[in-house]
Amino acid sequence: MITWSSLFDTSWPKIAQILIVLALFFGFYGIAFAAGARVRGKAQNKLALVLFLGPAIVLALTGLGIPAIQTFIESFKNADSSQWIGFANYTHAIKDPDTRLAFVNTMLWIVITPVIATSIGLALATMLNKMKREALAKSLIFMPMAISFVGGSLIWNLMYQYQEPNRPQTGLIGQIFMWLHLTPQHVLLWSPWNNFFLMAVYIWGTTGFGMVILSAAIKNIPKEIEEAAQLDGASGFRLFRTITVPMVKTTIIVVLTTAMVGTLKLFDVIHTMTGGNFKTDVLSNRMFDEIFVYLNNGRGSALAVLIFLGVLPITYYNIRSIRAERNH
Amino acid sequence: MATITLKRNKNSSAAKIATHHDRPFTSPMASAIVTVIAVLWTIPTFGLVVTSFRSKEDIVSNGWWSSFTHLNYTLENFRAVLFQGSSTLGNQGMIPFAINSLAITIPAVVLSVGFGLLAAYALAWVPFRFSDQVFYGLFALQGVPLQLSLLPLLTFFSSGVQIAGHTVIPPLHIVGTFAAVWFPHVMFGLPLVVYLIHNFVSSLPRDLIEAARVDGANHFEIFRRVVFPLSIPAVASIAIFQFLWIWNDLLVALVFAGGTDDVAPLTLHLANLGGSLGSAWENVAPAALFSIIIPLIVFFSLQKYFVRGLLSGSVK
Repeated sequence: MITWSSLFDTSWPKIAQILIVLALFFGFYGIAFAAGARVRGKAQNKLALVLFLGPAIVLALTGLGIPAIQTFIESFKNADSSQWIGFANYTHAIKDPDTRLAFVNTMLWIVITPVIATSIGLALATMLNKMKREALAKSLIFMPMAISFVGGSLIWNLMYQYQEPNRPQTGLIGQIFMWLHLTPQHVLLWSPWNNFFLMAVYIWGTTGFGMVILSAAIKNIPKEIEEAAQLDGASGFRLFRTITVPMVKTTIIVVLTTAMVGTLKLFDVIHTMTGGNFKTDVLSNRMFDEIFVYLNNGRGSALAVLIFLGVLPITYYNIRSIRAERNH
Repeated sequence: MATITLKRNKNSSAAKIATHHDRPFTSPMASAIVTVIAVLWTIPTFGLVVTSFRSKEDIVSNGWWSSFTHLNYTLENFRAVLFQGSSTLGNQGMIPFAINSLAITIPAVVLSVGFGLLAAYALAWVPFRFSDQVFYGLFALQGVPLQLSLLPLLTFFSSGVQIAGHTVIPPLHIVGTFAAVWFPHVMFGLPLVVYLIHNFVSSLPRDLIEAARVDGANHFEIFRRVVFPLSIPAVASIAIFQFLWIWNDLLVALVFAGGTDDVAPLTLHLANLGGSLGSAWENVAPAALFSIIIPLIVFFSLQKYFVRGLLSGSVK
């Protein structure tokens, strides 16, 4: 039982902390701006750089840049980072059956989920373009984006609840099995199909993202092009294949690669729904378990590096395309 | 007679083109498919909402869809979630965790967006020698998965920096405080935030900035009087994005909140509740609903800005 007074007692220090941080931030920059406005000449460039750009660079380097290098080094050391062991962590990652399974599953995830989510998103975006009142449908499909994957996992845990076939089903999926005259399954334990039931959660959560972005891109296609194609007799699927898809190709790639990076880092769904058990482990969850459960820094770091290597081609591609765009 | 025929012909062909133009898929079919998908997409969440209002006995005896034939709903579950607590939820209920979520999210959003906006301005309008390199460097850091920095950052927070036995930076002793969660969120969020805001700030008309400069304004004044007011809508949309991202995070909280209930956000507490298979749904369902209510309100009331923020990064 919680009383208002105890809630107040535990909450006010937290709220005070929020206010203190905000006061420090705005106070500091308030003074900095008041002082900075008086500085003239060349000095103001330097002062602006230090105060504007300095914090972001320091934070990004301490938070991402330097730790990334440290993890790379750690990955060549043993469990408590006391000895160099060469590539042993990497060979372990390849040889160890559990880690290999996490690899295979991650691959499966990367190949399947972005393609399905993007395809549904593209189909939806195309059809939304042909609809009069699209706003409500769009919001509903987009809504899971606002829900945490933890919340989404619980929502789907409820869907996947298992009961014996002779009992009334409490999970909708079990009930659907019954309606189809199939034996209900404990789908989260049902290897290897459980992987697909987990993917469903992720696809449910991310399809709206692709839909919204692709929908905006499709609306940007000049009407004349579509009209010309229609006068030439293209319609329906042919119009979609010959006009819509090529015109939004870049956006499709952006959505697809974003989804791939997201899948590679996928953690919440697995951690919440199966904890990586029942042969559903993925790299990111495995890496977390290695470091924080089995306390093996070296192995965990090696897996983190492997995740990074998976993301690397996509980062490289992105930098190249933004570079081309900036020079354009 | 002739004119009428002609007119009719013209009308029908115009109508035909119009139908064709608007609907390569016939519109009713597209609408029907989209509607079906929208319903499918909503059913799981709807099931959670319905379950939240059912009694424990009902939840274990049949599925939530069965409740429509004999309506029997209760608010009792929410009393446990909000005030009474339970053996599953802990004796405090969910409100303290919601406060933790706020105490994590608000400062982290303000700091990441604030530092991000300042940095974006500097990269766009303060000329310096390595401007391009810094821009690409920050952009590239987006490609570093946060998994890569969890352990070193945690070690940095708990034991500082030692070089050859000498303490260069002492331990910060912040693990298990809100600060230990704020910093990683700000650090991990900055590269994307800077990039998105930079897209906007750098597209402001050069004449505008030049005019202010000619009037004698320096960078501090240009930022405060010109760039900041103009950036508010763009910044707001990115702030919403960050808000949802941080509010919904699990991994950072799991690593940096230090496992204490004093700092744990809703997501972390929920993940612990839902972890055991065969959970007490009369507690877990309303708790999950409670945890998604604030992001859903933010999302539905500010959807336009949210979508704009999303698009600013990916559609040109």
